[in-house]
Amino acid sequence: MSAGEAGILFLTLRTAALATIVILAPGLAIAWLLARRRWRGKSIVETLVALPLVMPPVATGLILLELFGRRGPLGFLKIAFSWRAVVVAMAVMSFPLLVRAARVAFEEVNPRFEQIARTLGAGEWRVFATITLPLARRGIVSGALLAFARALGEFGATILVAGNIPGRTSTLSLSIYNLVQLGRDGDAFRLLGWSVALAFAAVWIAEVVVRRKSA
Amino acid sequence: MRRLAAVVILLIATSALADEVNVFAAASLSDALQEITARYEKSSGDRVVFNFGASSMLARQIENGAPADLFLSADEAKIDRLASQKLILTSTRVSPLSNTLVIVGTTPMKSPRELTKLRVAIAEPSTVPSGVYAHDWLTKLGLWREIEPHVIPTDNVRAALATVEAGNADAAIVYATDARLAKRVRVIYTVPRAEGPKIAYAFAVVAGAEHERAARRFLLYLQSGAAKNIFTRYGFLTR
Repeated sequence: MSAGEAGILFLTLRTAALATIVILAPGLAIAWLLARRRWRGKSIVETLVALPLVMPPVATGLILLELFGRRGPLGFLKIAFSWRAVVVAMAVMSFPLLVRAARVAFEEVNPRFEQIARTLGAGEWRVFATITLPLARRGIVSGALLAFARALGEFGATILVAGNIPGRTSTLSLSIYNLVQLGRDGDAFRLLGWSVALAFAAVWIAEVVVRRKSA
Repeated sequence: MRRLAAVVILLIATSALADEVNVFAAASLSDALQEITARYEKSSGDRVVFNFGASSMLARQIENGAPADLFLSADEAKIDRLASQKLILTSTRVSPLSNTLVIVGTTPMKSPRELTKLRVAIAEPSTVPSGVYAHDWLTKLGLWREIEPHVIPTDNVRAALATVEAGNADAAIVYATDARLAKRVRVIYTVPRAEGPKIAYAFAVVAGAEHERAARRFLLYLQSGAAKNIFTRYGFLTR
């Protein structure tokens, strides 16, 4: 592995991991609210959360660019075209995957257990932390891994809001695109190998985690 | 002992002066710039970080707040556009380089009219400089409307070259400097200087650059004799 390749891999892994960590708390909160509570506007939030999954990634990227660009309402954060923008794009694109998986996991937890905990005097937070979360953990872990894997491959939203700046914002997928554009197919294939390996590892671990549950 | 102290002080002084400069540069400049930079980094101690791409894309990124210190555009138009938004320091603006358009491919060509029968890779002809130059030239010859339907537009000039080298186009219109780097295709037609569009690269320091002084230093170096020699060796026309 060359120094350049190591840099690209490290940037990609670091930003994807950060994106997954950033969405974990809000993702679980929304997933739990969707699974366990009835509230006004629930279906709207449900749809909004799913949007990045069905919208063209480039369209999501354009929205992010308008928000975070120099003249955008969040431009003062100076996030655009930095590695932080990569994290933002990855986080937005992976969010629906985490929420969906976590929601299903929460729904599969038998409410009777939670009820019993309540009758024994546990508060809502304690019920969540000691009953719901542990019982849903496999689904949550596999959801987080899927979100991480999705973040690893993010392209469309990233290229708009973070650009494709070598050493700064060029992740694995953006670097592959760069190399093909330059006709350096050999180098592109090497990165392709790395991305297959990473994707394989992430999905395989997710599968193993889920399998353990059904066994 | 005194000499050692002097060396230490010198080291501290130079490392304090050493800076990083973020350069957004036209794709066609990449190879020449990398060679120039290798020398510059040794002599100055500054570090140069590049973002190569189509000048049109780079200008858009700068408009959207990308952290650029120096912008090296393949045309004047992009610098004009940034200047009108007060995004570059107009006083630093220089146009030290020119280039020539050529057609690359595998079979020799007598007249550009033959392009009408070929799949031609050209950088996006309404925004990317090399594409705009090619479009203007072919329009002047009255051939554009016939060629346009089978143009393969690409992101930047190097992508046009890669497309024809990969065999996905029959020909490409690129700069003479790009054609020199081609391995599987060669120049099959050179646009006469008098007939072609006026090609001028424009450089300027970005307004509000984080590393303005380092950007000014590097811009000055790009106009030095040493840098010009390298540009000339890669086929650029210097003035």
